[in-house]
This record gives sequence, structure tokens and C-alpha cells, in this order.
Amino acid sequence: MSLILIAEQVLNGLQFGIMLFLMAAGLTLIFGVMGLINLAHGSLYMVGAFCAAAVAAATGSFALGLVAALAGAAAAGALIELVVIRRLYDRDHLDQVLATFALILIFSEGTRWVFGSFPLYLDVPPALAGPVALPFGIQYPLYRLALIVIGLVVAAGLFWLIARTRIGVQIRAGENDREMIAALGVDIDRLYTFVFALGAALAGLAGALVGAIQSVQVGMGEPVLILAFVTIVIGGIGSIKGALIGALLVGLTETLGSVFLPELFKLFMAPAAATQTGASLSSMAIYILMAMVLIWRPTGLFGARA
Amino acid sequence: MSREAVFNLVVLAGLVALPLYAHLSDAPFTITLATRAVILSLAAVGLNIALGIGGLVSLGHAVFFGVGGYAMGILAFHAQTYAPLMEWPFVVEGTKSMPVIWLVAVVFSALVALGIGLLSLRTSGVYFIMITLAFGQMFYYFAISWSAYGGEDGMSIYVRNGFPGLNTLVPVQFYGLCLVLLCAALAFNAVLLRSPFGLALNAARQVPDRVRAVGLDPFRLRLLAFVISGAITGLAGALFADLNRFVSPTMFSWQLSGEFIVFIIIGGTARLFGPVAGAVLFVALEHFLGGVSDYWHIWFGLLLLGVVLFGRGGLIGVIAGRGRGHD
Repeated sequence: MSLILIAEQVLNGLQFGIMLFLMAAGLTLIFGVMGLINLAHGSLYMVGAFCAAAVAAATGSFALGLVAALAGAAAAGALIELVVIRRLYDRDHLDQVLATFALILIFSEGTRWVFGSFPLYLDVPPALAGPVALPFGIQYPLYRLALIVIGLVVAAGLFWLIARTRIGVQIRAGENDREMIAALGVDIDRLYTFVFALGAALAGLAGALVGAIQSVQVGMGEPVLILAFVTIVIGGIGSIKGALIGALLVGLTETLGSVFLPELFKLFMAPAAATQTGASLSSMAIYILMAMVLIWRPTGLFGARA
Repeated sequence: MSREAVFNLVVLAGLVALPLYAHLSDAPFTITLATRAVILSLAAVGLNIALGIGGLVSLGHAVFFGVGGYAMGILAFHAQTYAPLMEWPFVVEGTKSMPVIWLVAVVFSALVALGIGLLSLRTSGVYFIMITLAFGQMFYYFAISWSAYGGEDGMSIYVRNGFPGLNTLVPVQFYGLCLVLLCAALAFNAVLLRSPFGLALNAARQVPDRVRAVGLDPFRLRLLAFVISGAITGLAGALFADLNRFVSPTMFSWQLSGEFIVFIIIGGTARLFGPVAGAVLFVALEHFLGGVSDYWHIWFGLLLLGVVLFGRGGLIGVIAGRGRGHD
């Protein structure tokens, strides 16, 4: 167990966590501002990945693929907000769960209809292919490093948008008192559509970026969606800061757990049994983390006190 | 008699008559389809106790379905390999007897529901939905990594388990067994609704503060409802495993949890027969739409969207008109 391996796994965990943040940020923003639980967020992640894969295959340009992912997911988000989601803001959570569950069925089968059941592949752009040498002799894939950087830049941009811009002021005001900001002349419907499309674009971006290291296929969004739920439950629903901390915690726990728990058990168990126990436990590690946070703080690390 | 009561009787009569007709006209596949509908109904009846009366939107009820299924799978697996389940501190053998399997399925799913309920009922609303979903996923991944019992591939059980005095290999006999259990669960649900516990639980959903003011603890009411609910869904899981003679991690999948909620809503929320009507409708649509188009989920999704957005009250609401409201 060398330090280099540990460093690599920490970087993998960071990369996974920061991509999870892109998903979780949209979810938590949509819940914070509109009070809506959106199960179809994973479908927007999938839409982004498929748009990127299709456009990158047609044009040969990864950058154009990313643009397509952002535009496609934002457009799909705006469309479902205008047609469906808008009718759900005043409903209870049960109706929101069901309607967005129905949207998942429609998106998944619709994508299967258009693209078929076989996975698509999105290649890492040549400029970012191959390993890069980091200090202390660590070799790390350049693309994964780029994901961390892109994710951090987007996170910084998001914090800036919320904290420093006029639209950010409106979003924060919308979280607190929707009647008051409507009375002050803000077009609340347009604001909601914007927030939803923004969340969708972030999910689509994550889907496209991750799509280059995994296969792009129907149903890729839901496992990520559930991890994003775990993330915002840990971080506290509605808090972007909580989403960032939660995403990094989940990413690191998941990645480090699957590598190091079997090793840990090998110290005092037979190798086969240790691998088995370690694998089982590491698949449950983030949920155990979630349970512990809930016992300690039922509304998450940065959630408002209920 | 209200229109809803007539509707319920018609559903029940159909559940008795159709498989009998299929049996006489030698159409075993129809009976299998009906068995599937009845077992899924039972699972949704279990969920309806938590969701319909208690207002607990659990998006993780497939956990209990899966626990019931694995209870059957593990016991029958050890019985068919003649390897004891454990030898220390006392010997536990596998079994092929349905009543024993049902008991084990109910006890273990109730215990799991107790554990999940203790943690997740500390929260409410959207947290509760997400947490039950997350626990469901935890069990799903655990089942995948549990290679002793098939891991991702699941396990096959070669012969259906037995029930004293019946030949469960005859489809219509196994169907009858499932239907009796469904009727028992519905009767239990009806009694529960009128019992002091059911009334208190109903009140805890509507105005928890007043329930607290008269000295009852909403948390304990909800926890008990969640445990009962999980136990019934667990029983359905054991039956479902016996129907397919196969268990796999997909019994834990979150889509299944979503479908259980869908059954209740398309059938009609807060109706005794809502889950039954919904599950029967779902299995029928799955069969007929699935035959028409490979992409039938699109049409089902649109239907569901229509029911949620415009058709409050589901199938029973359309047929029987507004019943007792649930708010």
C-alpha cells in the first residue's frame, strides 16, 4: 500500500465527488427555490451524455459535444418545466415523485427508441488523453484531472452567480419569500424556468464529462441521481455549500472504501473472506455515512433546522 | 351500497372468476399473469398502510419485497442443497415449507422495517422520500455483492415450495393461496382503518400537533405502521420469489419501489382496493401494451403523467366518483 496509490485514489474520489456536485447542485437549487423533488434529474444527465456523444460522433469535436450537452439538457429542462413541472409546484411531494417518475419512463424509453439499446461511446479528446506527471512521481490521467479543474471552475462560477449577481439575489429571495419578490416585480415564472434549466444544464454537463470515461447508455442517470440524493441529504437540502461538502464526502468515501476496506479486512481475516466482506461493506459505506449524519443532524450538515 | 363497494366486489369477483375460467379452458399463462397481479397487489396493499393512512411516502418499499424474496431464496436454497443454514450455536436447516418461509419473511422484513423506520422517521417530507430511496439502493448493492447467494446473477430454486394439503405446482392452486393472503391483508387493512390505532395514525398524518396534545406519540404510531407495512410487503416478496422460482437483486430495485407507489395512485389514493385496481391495471397494460410496442413504457409514462396532473383519484375515482377524501 504505497502513498502513490493513496494519492491516486484520493484524486479519483475528488473527481467523482466534483461530478456528483454538478448533479447535486442542480437538485438542491431546484428544491431550495421551488420546493420540488425532481426524480427526472438523472434523465437530464443522460440527455446531456447522449447529446454530447451524438454531436461528438457527427462533428469529431469534443468541445462541440459539450456545448450540445449543455444546450440539449438546458432545452430539455426548460421544456419539461414549461409543460409539466410548472403544474407541480403547488402539489404535495407524492405527486411530484410520481410525475417525475413518469418523466423518467418517458425519457428512458424515448432515448432507447431514438438511439437503440446499445451503449454509445464518447472518446476522451486527444488533447486531454494520456497521463500527466504530478509531483512526487504520481502519474494521473490528464482527462480526470481536467474534470476536477472544470468541476471546481463551475462550482466557483455557481457560487459567484448565487452570491454576487442580480439573478442570484433573485434566486436567494425566491427561496425565502416567493410572494414578496413577485410583488417587487420579478417575473417568478421566468425565474423558475431559468433555475430549472440551469440545474438541467449542470446535470447535462456532468453527464457529458463522465460519459467520456464510462459508456453512454439508457439508465445511466438513476444510480447517479440516487447518489446525488444521498449527497444533498448529507449536506442539507437547499444548501449549495452543503452539496459541495456532501459530494466530496460521498465521492471520497465511495472511492476510498472500495479500494481500502478489503485491504483493511485482510489485516485480520482470510484474504477471500476479507475481499468479500470488504466489498459488501464498501458498497454500503456511503449509506452508513448518511445514516450517521442523520442520527447526528436530521436535517443534514448545512440544512436549516426543521 | 356505494359505487365504490360495488366496484370492489366486481374486482374481487373478477379475481376469482377469471383464473377459474382460465383453468377450465387450460390457459396456465393467464393464471400466472393473474398470480403476478395478485402478488403485486399484496405488496402495494402493504405500502398503502404506510402511504395511504400514515402519509409516509416510502420510495424504498422494494427493500421489504426483496428481503421477503431472499428469505424464501435462502431457505429453499439450503433445503435443495441439503446444507444447513448455520450450525452454531444451534443447527438451522433450510426448508421448502411455505408457512415457515412466510413466517421468516414477515419477521425479517418487519425487523428491517424497524431499523430503517427508526432512522428515516426522524425526518419527514422530502428527506424521508430520499432516505428511503437511498436505503433501498443500499440493499440493492448489498445483494449484488453477496456472492454466497448468487450475487448479481441471483439464485434459481428448482421446485416451488410446498403448502400442506395443496399441490402448489398446479398454477390455480398457488393462485388461490395468493388470493387468500391478499384477501386476508385487505380485511386486516379494513379493520386497521377503523381501529383506534388506525384512527390515531390517520390523525397523526393530518394534524400531528393535536395527536401529540392528546398524549400520543406520532413517531411511534408511524413506526408501527411502517413495520406492519414492511411485513406485508415482505410476505408478497416471498410469494413473488415462489412464483418465479428465482430471486435476484432486481427485487430490491428502486424502480419497483416506484411502481408500488404508482399502483396505489393509478388505482386511487386512500381507497381500500386502490392498490389492487392499480396493480391489476398495470399488469394488464404491461401485457397488452408490451405486446403492441417494445416501448410501452413511454405510453405508460404519459398515462401516469395524465393521472397525476389531471385525473386526481385514479381509476376508482373515475368509476366510483369522489369518495371519502383523504385530506
